Amino acid sequence: MVLGLYNYWIVVLLMMIGFYIVIAHGNLIKKLVGLTIFQTSVFIFYISMGNVENGSAPILAEGLSRYSNPLPHVLILTAIVVGIATTALGLALVVRIKESYGSIEEDEIQIQDQLTEDKT
Amino acid sequence: MIAIAIVRTKDLLAVVMLTGIYGLLSASFFVVLDAVDVAFTEAAVGAGISGLLMLAAITMTGRTEAPKRHKPLLALLVVFVTGGMLIYGTLDMPYFGSFEAPVHQHVAPRYINDSMQEVGVPNIVTSVLASYRAFDTLGEVAVIFTAGIGVLSLLSLPQRRRSYRLDESKKELMHEQHMVVRIVSKTLIPFILLFALYVQFHGDFGPGGGFQAGVIFAAAIILYAMLFGLDTAKRVFNQTLIQLIAAIGLLLYASVGVVSLFSGVNYLDYNVLADDPVAGQHLGILLIELGVGCTVAAVMIIIFFNFVGRREAQQDANEQNSTELNNSHELKSTELKSTELNNTKQNNREGE
Amino acid sequence: MLAHLSILQVVVPLMAAPLCLFLNRSKLVWLFALLVCAFTFVNSIFLLQQVMSSGTIIYQLGGWDAPWGIEYRIDELNALLLLIISAVGTIVLFAAHTSIQKELPESRHTLFYSLYLLSITGMFGIVSTGDVFNVFVFLEISSLSGYALIALGKDRRALWAAYQYLIMGTIGATFILIGIGLLYQMTGTLNMADLANRLAEVNQTRTVFAAFTFLIVGICLKLALFPLHLWLPNAYAYAPSIVTAFLAATATKVAVYLLIRFTYTVFGIEFSFSILPLQNLFIILGLVGIFAASTAAIYKTNVKHIFAYSSIAQVGYMIIGYAINTTTGLMATLLHLFNHALMKSALFLALGAVMYRIGSVQLSQFQGLGRQMPLTMAAIVIGGLSLIGVPLTVGFISKWYLLLAVIEAGMWPVAVLLLLGSLLAVLYVWRIVETAYFKPPLPGREAVQEAPWTFLAPIWILVLANIYFGIDTRLSVQVAQAASQSLFGINP
Repeated sequence: MVLGLYNYWIVVLLMMIGFYIVIAHGNLIKKLVGLTIFQTSVFIFYISMGNVENGSAPILAEGLSRYSNPLPHVLILTAIVVGIATTALGLALVVRIKESYGSIEEDEIQIQDQLTEDKT
Repeated sequence: MIAIAIVRTKDLLAVVMLTGIYGLLSASFFVVLDAVDVAFTEAAVGAGISGLLMLAAITMTGRTEAPKRHKPLLALLVVFVTGGMLIYGTLDMPYFGSFEAPVHQHVAPRYINDSMQEVGVPNIVTSVLASYRAFDTLGEVAVIFTAGIGVLSLLSLPQRRRSYRLDESKKELMHEQHMVVRIVSKTLIPFILLFALYVQFHGDFGPGGGFQAGVIFAAAIILYAMLFGLDTAKRVFNQTLIQLIAAIGLLLYASVGVVSLFSGVNYLDYNVLADDPVAGQHLGILLIELGVGCTVAAVMIIIFFNFVGRREAQQDANEQNSTELNNSHELKSTELKSTELNNTKQNNREGE
Repeated sequence: MLAHLSILQVVVPLMAAPLCLFLNRSKLVWLFALLVCAFTFVNSIFLLQQVMSSGTIIYQLGGWDAPWGIEYRIDELNALLLLIISAVGTIVLFAAHTSIQKELPESRHTLFYSLYLLSITGMFGIVSTGDVFNVFVFLEISSLSGYALIALGKDRRALWAAYQYLIMGTIGATFILIGIGLLYQMTGTLNMADLANRLAEVNQTRTVFAAFTFLIVGICLKLALFPLHLWLPNAYAYAPSIVTAFLAATATKVAVYLLIRFTYTVFGIEFSFSILPLQNLFIILGLVGIFAASTAAIYKTNVKHIFAYSSIAQVGYMIIGYAINTTTGLMATLLHLFNHALMKSALFLALGAVMYRIGSVQLSQFQGLGRQMPLTMAAIVIGGLSLIGVPLTVGFISKWYLLLAVIEAGMWPVAVLLLLGSLLAVLYVWRIVETAYFKPPLPGREAVQEAPWTFLAPIWILVLANIYFGIDTRLSVQVAQAASQSLFGINP
C-alpha cells in the first residue's frame, strides 16, 4: 500500500506547503507564489493519475499499444493557462496596491485601512 | 525541498528564482509521467512567463519580505486538516500507475482507440483538446483574454510623451553594455519566431499547439523589447493592434463554431467544414489553434508591455526627484533583465 | 436556430466581449453591450418556456456524445438561473453609461463593458454546462473578470478588496479542482449525469468522501457562507456601483446553484445528507450567519457595507432552506434566489444613483436626501421593506415559504430565530430611513438633484418587479416548484 500511494502523498505534501504559504504569509507576492505552488502541485496530482505502468506518451505511433490517459493532460493544459492568467492579474493588483499604499505587507495595509475608516 | 526553501526565504528575488526552478522541475516530472504536452507548457509558463512577470512586479514593489509573522498556528492547523483530509482521501485510491483504475477504463479508451478514425490526428492530446473538449479550450482562451483585459484595465497608462534626449541617452547606455547579447539575440529572434510557427503547426503530430506557440512567439517579442527598449518595441508592435489581435484570436475560435451552427450541426462540430469529416476536423483544429496562438501571444505581450510600461512610468516620476538614484536602479534592473533573458533562452532550448 | 438557443446564450456574449474592443467609443460600446444582454434575456425566456413545456434540453458540443464530449444540460433550475442573471444583467447595464462616467476614467470604459460581458458569459457558462471541468473553466472566467471589475473602483481599498477576493476565490477554485480530480479518479468521467450513475458504486470510499468535502468547502468560499465570507463586504463596498449591483444580485446565486447541482444531481440527495451532518451544520451556520451579519450591518456607517452584510445574512436564509432538504425548503431557496436578486440589484443601483449625485454613500451624507431625491429614496425604502419581508413585496413570499418549510419539518426553534433575524433587518433599514427622512439636510451642501432618468428607469423597473412578484406569485412559484420537484426526481 505504501508503495502504491506514496506518489500521491508527496504531492499532498507539496500542495500543503503551497497552501501554507498562501494563508500564513503576509507578503502579497509571496502569497501569489504560494498559490502557484499549490496549483502546480494539483497539476502534478492530475498528471499522476493519468499515468499507466509501461505506458507511453499519448501520441499514436506504430508498435505501441499502451498510452497514458490523455484526458488529464488536456485538463491540466487548460488549468495551467488559467493559473498563469490568475497570477498575472494578481501581480497587476499587487503593483497597483504598492502604488497606492506604498506597501505590500498585509498587516501594514490593514492598519492604513483602519486609519482611513476611523477618519470617516 | 525547493518548496520548503521558498517558505523560509525572505528575499523575494530568490523566491521567484526558486519558483522558476520548481516549475522546471515539475515540467521534468511531467516528462517522466509521459505528459509531454503538459511539460512543454509548464516549462514555458511555470519557469518562463510567470517568473518573468514576478520579476517585473518585484522591481516595482521591492524585494524583501517583512520579517514578522502572524497566526502561523492557525494556518498550520488549517493546513494539517486539509492535508489530512487529502491523505485520508488517497487511502481508497487506485494505486499509482495501475491500469485497472477507472480513469483508464472509462471514457479515455475511446480517445485512444478511435481518435485516429474520428479526428485523424496522431497526437491524442491535441484531438481531445481541440475537438472532443474544444469548448473547454474556448473557455481557456476566454480566460486568457479576460486576464489581458484585466491587466489592461489595471495597469494601462495614457499615451505619454517622454523627453526625447533622455530616451536616447538611456538607449546608448544599454547599447554599450550589452553589445554582444544584443547581436546574438538579434540573430536568435528570427529562429525563435520560426520555432514558434513550427510548434504552432506541428501540434497535430508532436507535442505543441497554439498555446505553446503563442508563448514562444511572445517570448521572442519580449526579448526584443528587453534589448531595444520598450518604446522601440512599442513602435514596431502597436499597442492597439495587439489588443485587436487578442480579440481576433478569440473571435476566430468562436466563429469556427458559428460556422458549424450555420451548417446545421452543433456548435464546434468540425465535420461539416470540409467534404470529408476527417479533413473537416483537420481544418477546424488548424483554425482554432491559430486562434489560440494569436490570443495567447497577444495577451502575453500586452501583459508584459503594461508591466514594464508601468515601471518606466514610475521611474520617470522618480527621475524628477533625483536622477542619481534612478541610475543605480536602472543598472540593477538591467542586471535583472539579463538573468531573465537566460531563463527564456533556456526554456526555448528545452522546448526543442 | 431554435435547437441552438442554449449555446447561443453563452457564445453571443462571449463573442461580444472581444468585439467591444473594436468599437472603442464609450456610448457605442454601451449600446452594443446592452443589446447583447437584452438578447440573452429574451433568449433565456425562450429557453425557460422550452424547458417548461418539453423538458430538459440536452445539447452536445462539437457533436460528440456525452461522456466524451461536453454537453449542455438545461433543466428548470438552469433556466431559472439563466433568467435571473440575464434579467439583472440587462437592467443594471442600462444605468451603466451614466454611472461609470462619474466613477471611471474614460480610457477604461471599453474595458469595463468587455469585462462585464465576460463576467456574464462565465456565469451563463457555469449554469448551462453538464460537465464538471467545464464548470471550473467558466468559473474562472467569471471570477477573473469579477476581480478586475472590483479593482476598477475609485477607492484604493477596492484594490485591496479585489486582491483578497482573488486569493480566496482562487483557493476556492483550486479546492473545487481537487474535488473534481478526486471524482474523476474514482469514476473516470467528468460528465455530471454520468458521474451520478457511476458514483453509486463507489460512494462508500474515502476518496469520494474527500472529494465531497473539498467541493463543498470550495463552493462555500465562493458562496461567502459564514464564516468564509470575509472577502465579500469590502469587495461589494468599494467596487464601482454598477459592478456591485450586478455581482450582488448574481455571483452568490451562481454559487448556490453549484451547491444544489453538486449535492442533488451529482452526489445524490441520500449520499449528500447522510455522509456529513450537512443539515445541522448548514442550519447552524446559516443562523449564525444571519445574526452575525445582520448585527454587523447595524453598526456600519457605509450604506454599501450595510447592504453587503445584509447579503451575507440573506445567504444564510438560502442555505437554511436548502438544508431542510424537502421540496418546500428547496423551493423557498430558489424563490429567494430570484427575489433576492431583485431586491439587491434595486438597492445597490439606488445607491449608485446616490453615489452619482453626492459622490459618497456614507450614512451621514444621507441626511435630507428623502426630500431631495424622493424617487431614489422611495426605491431604497421599498427595497428595504422587501428585505425585511413585509407583505406585498417579494421578500415576504420567500420568507413565507421558508417558514412553511421549517414548520413542515417541525423545526420550531429555527422558525422563531428566523423571525428574530428579520427584526434585525428592520433595525438596519430603519437607520437609513431615519437619516434620510427625519434629519435636516447637511448644512453647507447645495441642494441635491434627483437622479437622472437613466438611473430611475432601471431602479423602478426593479422596484416594481419587487412588488409585482410579491403579489402575483404564479410565475416565480411555478418555476421554483417545478425546478425543486425535478431535483427531487418527482415528475409533476
